[in-house]
Amino acid sequence: MAYTEEELKKELETKEYEYGFYTDIESETFPKGLSEDIVIAISQKKQEPEWMTEWRLEAFRVWKQMEEPEWANVNYEKPNFQDISYYSAPNKKPKYNSLDEVDPELLDTFKRLGISLDEQKKLAGVAVDIVMDSVSVATTFKKTLAEKGIIFCSISEAIQEHPELVKKYIGTVVPQKDNFYAALNSAVFSDGSFCYIPKGVRCPMELSTYFRINQAGTGQFERTLVIADEGSYVSYLEGCTAPSRDENQLHAAVVELIALDDAEIKYSTVQNWFPGDKNGKGGVFNFVTKRGLCEKNAKISWTQVETGSAVTWKYPSCVLKGDNSIGEFYSIAVTNNFQQADTGTKMIHLGKNTKSTIISKGISAGQSQNSYRGLVQVNSRAENARNFSQCDSLLMGNRCGAHTFPYIEAKNKSAQIEHEATTSKIGEDQIFYCNQRGIDTEKAIALIVNGFSKEVLNKLPMEFAVEAQKLLEISLEGSVG
Amino acid sequence: MLEIKDLHASVEDKKILKGINLQVKAGEVHAIMGPNGSGKSTLASVIAGKEEFEVKKGSVALNGEDLEELSPEERAHQGIFLSFQYPVEIPGVTVTNFMKTAINESRKARGLEDMPANQMLKLIREKSELLEIDRKFLSRSLNEGFSGGEKKRNEIFQMAMLEPKLAILDETDSGLDIDALRIVANGVNKLRGGENAIIVITHYQRLLEYIVPDFVHVLHDGKIVKSGTKELALELEEKGYDWIKQETVV
Repeated sequence: MAYTEEELKKELETKEYEYGFYTDIESETFPKGLSEDIVIAISQKKQEPEWMTEWRLEAFRVWKQMEEPEWANVNYEKPNFQDISYYSAPNKKPKYNSLDEVDPELLDTFKRLGISLDEQKKLAGVAVDIVMDSVSVATTFKKTLAEKGIIFCSISEAIQEHPELVKKYIGTVVPQKDNFYAALNSAVFSDGSFCYIPKGVRCPMELSTYFRINQAGTGQFERTLVIADEGSYVSYLEGCTAPSRDENQLHAAVVELIALDDAEIKYSTVQNWFPGDKNGKGGVFNFVTKRGLCEKNAKISWTQVETGSAVTWKYPSCVLKGDNSIGEFYSIAVTNNFQQADTGTKMIHLGKNTKSTIISKGISAGQSQNSYRGLVQVNSRAENARNFSQCDSLLMGNRCGAHTFPYIEAKNKSAQIEHEATTSKIGEDQIFYCNQRGIDTEKAIALIVNGFSKEVLNKLPMEFAVEAQKLLEISLEGSVG
Repeated sequence: MLEIKDLHASVEDKKILKGINLQVKAGEVHAIMGPNGSGKSTLASVIAGKEEFEVKKGSVALNGEDLEELSPEERAHQGIFLSFQYPVEIPGVTVTNFMKTAINESRKARGLEDMPANQMLKLIREKSELLEIDRKFLSRSLNEGFSGGEKKRNEIFQMAMLEPKLAILDETDSGLDIDALRIVANGVNKLRGGENAIIVITHYQRLLEYIVPDFVHVLHDGKIVKSGTKELALELEEKGYDWIKQETVV
């Protein structure tokens, strides 16, 4: 097929973002705007029980009274919430048993993303619940999981099939009124993932979900609920890419983790949403509330690699309610060009002998701003609570910024809290040293950045770590002149 | 192998090299001596292609090819190696990983596949034994927390791994005790052969007892003011640099 000059120009413009394409799948989109009627319509569309509709409406009413927070170290034009469409779903909706039944265009999209289901089935043994434009399209490995009693499905399906579990746990860690974006999400969430691991079961494979935002002007409101029953273990992976768009896309997800007594949840994220172009135009707004609750002897570990989005506002947190529970947060946040990230964690120590670890690595390039914001709170009854925090920042060039905002509130004298912070800059001397050994500048930066991020990369599951390493390299290409 | 003609170089408009002429043939070892600030390290950096030094006049050629247009990494691929006076630290990158990357990048430039892992391991074992390097050392972050002597030994280990055509050792002897000096010199001497050339930059004659040069040049105020054989180094040690300074004034 011959390209016209115009087409070629267009292609080149969007080329910067590798996954910047748009799949032309017929989809059903609600009119723009938000009201009680829209909330009810979403709920009806999903054939939800009445309690769910009510729950959404409660959230909507609270949200209407709330104001968008402004304390984060980010600047952006606030979205007009009445100019967003709150529901969009691929049209051919039925679930498939095999790949043959799936819309070939959708499969092609997956191929371009390099995540063909076939390949994943064979290579990684990963069960993938793909969320494309808010509705789960394919779920694999369900049978293997079912044999162990593990439930891994879309949240819509869980509301239908396992209402008792959803009703018991949804909103218990992140209440509807928790914050502006969480309230919005609670009112309009379109879909997401649900996972339940029964007592004493060790999930035999990594569970993963790929998110994509595909419809122009459609906000994406994912809701994830993971419940690890007593003595169980699960490792959950979340990764995402999105096509490039001119207007800003809003994303406000909520993730709730519940680790009951002696359970362990490992939650890993690789986030690569469209960060906007070199001039700061476009890009995804990512306002996410992620929080986990640990009961007695439970452990929750958050690992995140954040390279995308124009604006990131995200603080995966742990409420260490049970005695001897453990919370961990390992993060790499990369910002380039005009990206802004305000990210970190909250570790709330309520139980005795609770422990938390925070390792945060921020990499800033271009004219971006990268902030770590973390809270370590030790309650008066939390005897012998311990925390270790380490925040390292790496700067590339002279026009970017790195900021650290650690908050510590200790109400118990036995608490031991350590905080370490470093800031370094990739130096010309380091680059020259690598050059002299035959390593070109791009490769040298990748090497230095990977070295800097190693402690966190090591926490990711193997196949994810490789992907994350590539992402870091792509994200920082051309950032040192 | 290396031919430097009337080389003038500046940094931020400050003239440092003022007309260097030097010819180094394959198989030779040249020592460059001179007082502080005479331009020794600048000469090394210019040959390696460091950008902050601007070549105003003259040329540097390796095996007949002018280097002016080549980037530092391209020069490295051509077989130029610089043992740094002050090696930098790269946290989180192990010595092994760094060497693996360096070797494979150079191979890629020559159109070769990555070196197979078993061959790489064999090479690492061989060269670390040569330089009496503990294996644990190889899994540490590059130069991070290394003592002065360890850094220098690591530079020579890298040289042994990369087997360059032209190696420039910039004050490799500083910070080395006598045992380390012997080990380093041993490593350098192993590289010495018909195919390779070595330039040793040093203040002191001490290193030259271990790495015996074919020629000695004295650099003063950006120029080579005296050249001779290894005896010149001894004479210099005895009479001091003032002797050279006085001679050049006369």
